Amino acid sequence: MNRGTLTILNVLAVAALGLFIWWAQGSLDGYKIQILNLIAVNIILALSLNLIYGFTGMFSLGHAGFMAIGAYVCSILILTPDQKDTLFIIGGAAQWVQDAQAPFVVATLAGGLVAALFGFIIGFPLLRLGDDYLGIATLGFAEIVRVAATNMTSVTNGALGFKGIPAYANLWWNFGWCVVTLYVIVRLLKSNTGNVLKAIRDDETAAKAMGVNVFRMKLLSFTVGSFFAGIGGALLASLLTTIDPKMFLFTLTFNVLMIVVTGGLGSLTGSVLAGIGITVLLEWLRVVENPVFIGDFELAGIPGMRMVVFSLALIVVILFRREGLMGMREFSWQAVGSKLGLGGKPGSGKGGLAQ
Amino acid sequence: MTPEMFIQHALNSLTLGSLYALIAIGYTMVYGILRLINFAHSEIFMLGAYFVFWGVSLFSLPWPLAVAASIVFTAGLGIMVDRIAYRPLRDAPRISALISSIGVSFFLQNVAIVFFQAIPRGVYRPEWMEQPWIVGAVRILPITLFVPVLSVLFMLGLLYIVYRTKTGLGMRAISKDIETSYLMGVNVNRVIAITFGIGSGLAAASGIMWALRYPQIQPMMGTIPGFKAFIAAVFGGIGSIQGAVVGGVVLGFIEIMTVAFFPDLAGYRDAFAFILLIGVLLFKPTGLFGARVEDKV
Repeated sequence: MNRGTLTILNVLAVAALGLFIWWAQGSLDGYKIQILNLIAVNIILALSLNLIYGFTGMFSLGHAGFMAIGAYVCSILILTPDQKDTLFIIGGAAQWVQDAQAPFVVATLAGGLVAALFGFIIGFPLLRLGDDYLGIATLGFAEIVRVAATNMTSVTNGALGFKGIPAYANLWWNFGWCVVTLYVIVRLLKSNTGNVLKAIRDDETAAKAMGVNVFRMKLLSFTVGSFFAGIGGALLASLLTTIDPKMFLFTLTFNVLMIVVTGGLGSLTGSVLAGIGITVLLEWLRVVENPVFIGDFELAGIPGMRMVVFSLALIVVILFRREGLMGMREFSWQAVGSKLGLGGKPGSGKGGLAQ
Repeated sequence: MTPEMFIQHALNSLTLGSLYALIAIGYTMVYGILRLINFAHSEIFMLGAYFVFWGVSLFSLPWPLAVAASIVFTAGLGIMVDRIAYRPLRDAPRISALISSIGVSFFLQNVAIVFFQAIPRGVYRPEWMEQPWIVGAVRILPITLFVPVLSVLFMLGLLYIVYRTKTGLGMRAISKDIETSYLMGVNVNRVIAITFGIGSGLAAASGIMWALRYPQIQPMMGTIPGFKAFIAAVFGGIGSIQGAVVGGVVLGFIEIMTVAFFPDLAGYRDAFAFILLIGVLLFKPTGLFGARVEDKV
């Protein structure tokens, strides 16, 4: 297939998504729309972690920290001054927090950028660490962010957090950002930089020997990843309309990691599919935590059961299907074309959407 | 600050530090041998405390018997976790086992929430532990001295096992080179199982004493002490038992003394350990007692 056809197909795919959202906006109930929104946000988060871990091989457990930064920055910018007056009941807000104000799109971007800045700053010292040390150090970073959010009362309103954050993040914003994330990461990975990142993942020492500036490349990937984690956090804040430090516990990172591992480390298609599947599954599993009525007989709900099933699923995936749903394979129009008998060699292209 | 207050704080630091040390030993032993951060360790710690609670309240066992049963149970549990979740991944990339251990950690924690409920519970304390000794203005609970003494005893026992027994020889061999150890006829799986057993038993002991010192237990109680103990192990030099003990005690002192001298920082207490961790990793990644490991192609 030539370039033109692929572009048309991609545009069509995005248009189809747009139509779907338009339809969903009009005909689905609030609960289903909320699930769709969560799907979009989870896909953004999974894609960003997959870039860091699946494609560059940096085991980062700091996603909750970047999300917290994005969420707080965005919320501070979109909360109205009146709301801030009522929210900050202990000691009032710092002057710059009180004055900060921006439209939603700027606020989201700012959330991503500040998260990226933090990613850049902590990446400097931390990315020299390998594997599990990096994991525990980034986990430490996320914990420090959370502790700071609990204590910096004049900026974050401490343990109370924010309530009544304007709910701007509708389907259009969430899926719009989702497409942007996918586009940027696909373009990045298709470029020569992408090849270098994969080389670092597969063998860092060899990449270094080939003259790759490993540290700079890792820092780039980590910064881009934290940018989109910040965007995801910002959207989540506006979607849920309340945030507090307890929301950004390690569990949040765990959920994203689960999606990435299940989808397949190093497969964007996998992250998208697992993002959809696991979000739906997680919502569906809420059933086991709520009381069930069979006639007059009430089966009490079991709190915590959802995470039991979920963590068990992760163990099973890692034990029996370590490559996840997709392994490292990607969706591509060529493969679809050849399946339908439209010519084009199968497997001649990887990583579909931007091709 | 009066000298009496300082002594009081020092004693508290020593107790807290010894508790960290006991947990840290489990992390350091497993990491030394398998290069695996066993995230499930903090849940073993929590379950150790719970088993005593249930032993005393549900089966009305005498307290010492409940403690013994709990340690045996958790040791068995540790071995089971290794058998089910880590052993099949021995040949997989290192991070796979780490992800598996994160999964096990969440699994055990949520099983505890399901079966024990998330509400905090008060624990039974033997009476002799409730009687403080008053020395001048310093008030000493028996547990305050009990814990450090016990930690030192455990450490000596472990050093004996690691350096004077055949199993210990096996452990040291595996930590150097797991494949060669296989070839030299070391029963690798058995030695690793023993390591998990010992580490988990110590975590249980620590969990039990933690519950005596801070007498409330809940399913999430292991997470933060677990992270901190791991940091203590890294600080001391991961893989080194003496290092874990020294690291634990130092971390205990840092936490309590910083808050004692700068009360304004009390809210940031949980962040100290992580700041220490990042500092250690940057300036001396091998820790105080660690051996240097080179990256090989």
